[in-house]
Amino acid sequence: MSEITLQVNNETHVVDVEPSTPLLYILRNDLDLSGPRFGCGLGQCGACTVLIGGRAVRSCITPTSSVAGQAITTLEGLSQNGQLDPVQQAWIDEQVPQCGFCQNGQILTAKVLLANNPNPTDAEIRQGMDGTLCRCMTYYRIQAAIKRAARTMAAANEEVNA
Amino acid sequence: MTSRRDFLKNTGLLVVGISSASLASAQDAGPYPDIDFHQLDSWIVIREDNTATFYVGKTDLGQGTGTAFRQIMSDELDIAYDNTDVVMGVTDITPDQGGSGGSDALQTDGWPMRRVAAEARRVLLSLASDRFNVPVEQLSVSDGVVTVTANPSRSITYGELIGGKRFNVTLTGDRVNDLTGQAPLKAVQDLKMTGTSPQRFDIPPKVDGSLKWAVDVKVPGMVHARNVKPPTAGAQLVSIDESSVSGIPGFIQVVREGNYIAVVCEREEQAIQAARQLKAEWKKPEASPFPPSDDLHSFMRAAEPTSSGQPSFEGDPDAAFAGAAKRFEGDYFVPFVGHTAIGPAHAMADPTDGQLTIYSNDMKSYGLRNGVAQFLNMPADKIRVVWMDGPQAYGRTAADDAGFEAAYLATKLNRPVRVQWMRDEETAWDTKGPAYAMRMRGALDADGNLIAADQDFRAIDYNHVGYNEHDSVLIAQLTGRRRTTPAAGRASVSTDSYAIPNRRFSTHVVSLPLIWETPLRTGNLRDPDGPQVTFGSESFIDEMAYQAGADPVAFRLKMLEAGTGDDDGFRRTRSIACVKAAAEAYGWDTRTSPKPIADGDILTGRGFAYSYRSQTIAAEIAEVEVNRRTGKVWVKRIVCAHDCGLVVNPVGLRHTVECALQYSLSRALHEEVAFNSEKVTSVDWGSHPSLRHSDTPEKIDIILVNGDPNPDRPDLPHYGAGEASCKPLLAAVGNAIFDATGVRIRSVPFRPARVLAALNAATA
Repeated sequence: MSEITLQVNNETHVVDVEPSTPLLYILRNDLDLSGPRFGCGLGQCGACTVLIGGRAVRSCITPTSSVAGQAITTLEGLSQNGQLDPVQQAWIDEQVPQCGFCQNGQILTAKVLLANNPNPTDAEIRQGMDGTLCRCMTYYRIQAAIKRAARTMAAANEEVNA
Repeated sequence: MTSRRDFLKNTGLLVVGISSASLASAQDAGPYPDIDFHQLDSWIVIREDNTATFYVGKTDLGQGTGTAFRQIMSDELDIAYDNTDVVMGVTDITPDQGGSGGSDALQTDGWPMRRVAAEARRVLLSLASDRFNVPVEQLSVSDGVVTVTANPSRSITYGELIGGKRFNVTLTGDRVNDLTGQAPLKAVQDLKMTGTSPQRFDIPPKVDGSLKWAVDVKVPGMVHARNVKPPTAGAQLVSIDESSVSGIPGFIQVVREGNYIAVVCEREEQAIQAARQLKAEWKKPEASPFPPSDDLHSFMRAAEPTSSGQPSFEGDPDAAFAGAAKRFEGDYFVPFVGHTAIGPAHAMADPTDGQLTIYSNDMKSYGLRNGVAQFLNMPADKIRVVWMDGPQAYGRTAADDAGFEAAYLATKLNRPVRVQWMRDEETAWDTKGPAYAMRMRGALDADGNLIAADQDFRAIDYNHVGYNEHDSVLIAQLTGRRRTTPAAGRASVSTDSYAIPNRRFSTHVVSLPLIWETPLRTGNLRDPDGPQVTFGSESFIDEMAYQAGADPVAFRLKMLEAGTGDDDGFRRTRSIACVKAAAEAYGWDTRTSPKPIADGDILTGRGFAYSYRSQTIAAEIAEVEVNRRTGKVWVKRIVCAHDCGLVVNPVGLRHTVECALQYSLSRALHEEVAFNSEKVTSVDWGSHPSLRHSDTPEKIDIILVNGDPNPDRPDLPHYGAGEASCKPLLAAVGNAIFDATGVRIRSVPFRPARVLAALNAATA
């Protein structure tokens, strides 16, 4: 066991754990964050996704010690000043989730996709989201929500630039 | 009578505790007797501020049924939808409606909900009548405010009439589904919320991360358990070397009974490590438990059935075959398919004062309560199950292994235990939808009419696992507490309204060599047999259209329209309406299949299939692109015409159907349980592929049909919508592949290797 400092959702936490422990268990069990969820423990499905350094990272296969001190954002930390992120709002407007268990990974992966490519084509969305699985099969609706979020984000940018 | 404590619960005070993060505060002293469903107060509580809470014995698996329940109940009660909420599936707080399953949320269980709400409205109007000294007929009500019609200045809210008080009204009906008061239901035309699409109340907390799921429950002193499964099916545990894990930090205990093993540790990652590291010696069974999955179809064809159903007949099929102009025969196969939920099985059980609270996503929470009571030999009123959201279930949690395991371990250790399965465990060992081998024979007369069909369905379903049975759930098998008599299982037949003058349906159940302690346990999976039997039958009908030289839609419509009778739900008439609506929405041009084979790598085609489930009709068209070089199939477009009677929430219904179509698409293209002769080998998302974003159709069109011959009738029923649309798609895709390539593939899934092999065989 050793003390590790984590920066999660703009808060500093010090945890005393086995350094190789996957980040997922620390977030869920020590920091009480339930956005990231266990789906496979193999990095195959995306349910455990968090944001680190602008990337969508699978916390179930990320040793906690490897992300010490880095800024980590979970689903809970996505809203700003009480305002949902445009991606989250698009998810509500399109009524995306069924059971919702995978949607943490879908939302955060979409967030990174749109940050890197604000106006993705259908093919780019399919490719960019391909490794994030949903067993309720909300894919069609997720893709509609990503396009909706891209539009709202573009409109907001125009407003800022006007 | 409801007790004081029950009434406090019904005021919502305790419910706040359950839906918030501080779950421990919800734990109060038992016992936890059943809620008296005959009491109106058990279903509806109205507060002084004119808000209402509905208590229903159902669970919402993500199709928005909770929102629909609020809609139909606020409609009958005449209260503003926004001033209501709903509590579902908590065994000591909500009346037992059996939980979820069978697409029955609205079709069956919606009726008592509506009648109870209508009765509450009647009682409230009667109270207002007394208050104003005005006959009920001279009162009007809207959004929970009762007004004297002739003098609108005289009005009173429901909250003022009854807020904080009980109705004290006893309803009649022996069973919960028969429950009724004195009030009649409203005519469909008078419903205001029904037919509108309020957004699902459960979506914002699922999107912002605030929802607490069953996987999130924590209480002080809780420890973590993981199972250690037998390495091969039917293996017997010889010995355990506990010293192989006792040095792991946080190690608490290895629990062993029979062939069941769990390790318990303070922390979750410690339990995972211990489960991986535990040294155990197992002895394989002498006989192979099953044939490899590649041989399953031939095994099933050769197997001696454990039981056969009495064939159902119309006309004289054998005579019709003998005199036919053209005969056809085909064998079809659908393999075992797992549930493979996105999150594996999990539950947390908290024993306090000799009682037990189980936090679970069990879709049938009441059944879990009853099953655990029998399994642990505890009085049922010492146990309660708190249903919470979980990963998609579709039958998986109806035999809730983790719920039983958590309860077992919690009482064994006498402390709160959370158990969760690992991915390989879930994918290999969850309950499986039965494989089907189907032999279809058809006969045409000289005019191309299908004059005889002989349809034989065999399911590998012997010892089908029941709903939360204390003596068939996996831990009962592994601990040696199972029953001795296997369940008979069942084989189903396809459902359509075709007029085929001579027809025989035969059914057989066959068995694998090993039926206990096996990962190939069959259980209920989303429309347990529908996708399988419809693949066989609707592929077969398509082949008969080809043999007849007929357009596949025209061939089916002719058989539907040739029928003369209909049932009381007008299933045949509504089937015709759906078939026509799907063809029209797609822009179906009448021609025979296959279309002329084009040049180039990509071949395109369209395929049709139709079926019904109970009274819900689904007619579907798939448009495919087949890459003849790689064998890869992309379903580019899906059209579904759907009739489930009265639509409560059109947006919610569309999304349910949209997801059901893609679920079946996953089965059509990808899903199959793979196994060798001793264990399941598809154990994760690599070895068990599932639909992905890149597979998603470019366009999905859903047409909500009301094909009732009297579409405006005031009592139009609301039928189920969770499963019917899962049925036809496998066949629609196979029929489209035939249209595109001229090659008929009679087994799913249509993975590239299978498709490529079929294409190559056809050109060889």
